[in-house]
Amino acid sequence: MKHIALIASLIIATLSGTAIAGETAVGDLKIADPYARATVPGAPVAGGYMTITNTGSQPDRLVAGSAPFAGRVEIHEMTMQGDVMRMREIAGGLEIPANGSVTLKPGGYHVMFMKLKEQLKEGENRTATLVFEKAGKVDLDFAVKKIGGRKHGGHGMKHGHGMKDK
Amino acid sequence: MTLKSFRIGAWVAVAVLTLVLSGVMIYQSVYKGTERSVVAAAAKLGAPFNLIDHNGEPISEQAFANHPTALFFGFTHCPEVCPTSLYDLAMLMDDLGEDGAPLKAFFVTVDPERDTPELMKNYVTAFSPRITGITGDPKEIAKLIKAWRVFARRVPLDDGDYTMDHTASIYLVRPDGSFQGTIAYNEDPKIALQKLRRLATGKSS
Ligand SMILES: [Cu+2]
Repeated sequence: MKHIALIASLIIATLSGTAIAGETAVGDLKIADPYARATVPGAPVAGGYMTITNTGSQPDRLVAGSAPFAGRVEIHEMTMQGDVMRMREIAGGLEIPANGSVTLKPGGYHVMFMKLKEQLKEGENRTATLVFEKAGKVDLDFAVKKIGGRKHGGHGMKHGHGMKDK
Repeated sequence: MTLKSFRIGAWVAVAVLTLVLSGVMIYQSVYKGTERSVVAAAAKLGAPFNLIDHNGEPISEQAFANHPTALFFGFTHCPEVCPTSLYDLAMLMDDLGEDGAPLKAFFVTVDPERDTPELMKNYVTAFSPRITGITGDPKEIAKLIKAWRVFARRVPLDDGDYTMDHTASIYLVRPDGSFQGTIAYNEDPKIALQKLRRLATGKSS
């Protein structure tokens, strides 16, 4: 009997946590494929990306974050204005519209991991916590993906350029 | 009105007209002159400088002379544009193979306060041993930024930290110091390779 209760609670814990691989649910939000960009040794910052879907009828906001591997986490937007790259902290957080979704991706919105305490190496995973205004806190498992260039069409792999490990 | 005062009036009118006309002509020639000098300047960017490379050795404008040069301005606290561009540049140089041999590439920091030579070395050489980082006296960096018409501006963040807005194009400079053009951040990789090959070989593909 005890065992059944334990198994049941495990199942419930699993379901409420990171139930489906690559997707995490918190409140009305579903967060898919969180990943961070691999860094070269000594790089002080890294971007974190994902798709956040809001199944609720109320908008929510991604307002903050924290990570054991970073001294500070902010929510940023990058834009190109002509040939100039601009980056700004999103004042008041990033809105996730009701019944809508927002994708954080290279060249746009990102979670910015700052004051990195260690190198993020391709193939590893790093846990970070995001905070939403309504849905609250959620721990996410970020897959570390290779730096990559622009759309070189798998070029990077052939060259095996990778990064030097230290 | 006497005849005499009419004559004086006529002469004054002639004098005024002459002044106005010559003014216009002078203005036009000066204006054209400026235009011409802008074109000349665009063909040849850059200025003398005294900075240090990522090994802590002095480096000057001589480092860009007598060989094709690719220049990128950025900073190590850059989440995306800089790592992407350096990674791409490293791959493009590999793609050029033998053709790319004479080419030299430099990463000039627009954030010399934080980008020490040690940090630059770690960062830049992780992308390619063929790229050299340049940092040093912020005043000299400012001179270089201005001379290459790069846009760079410090933007404060909440916690007293800051980020940099900056030009994200790769500058291509011929062996004689003349400016071939840029590779834009979102340039088609094929075009980017063509541009770099043209720079490296002095021939169009
Ligand atoms: Cu950012």
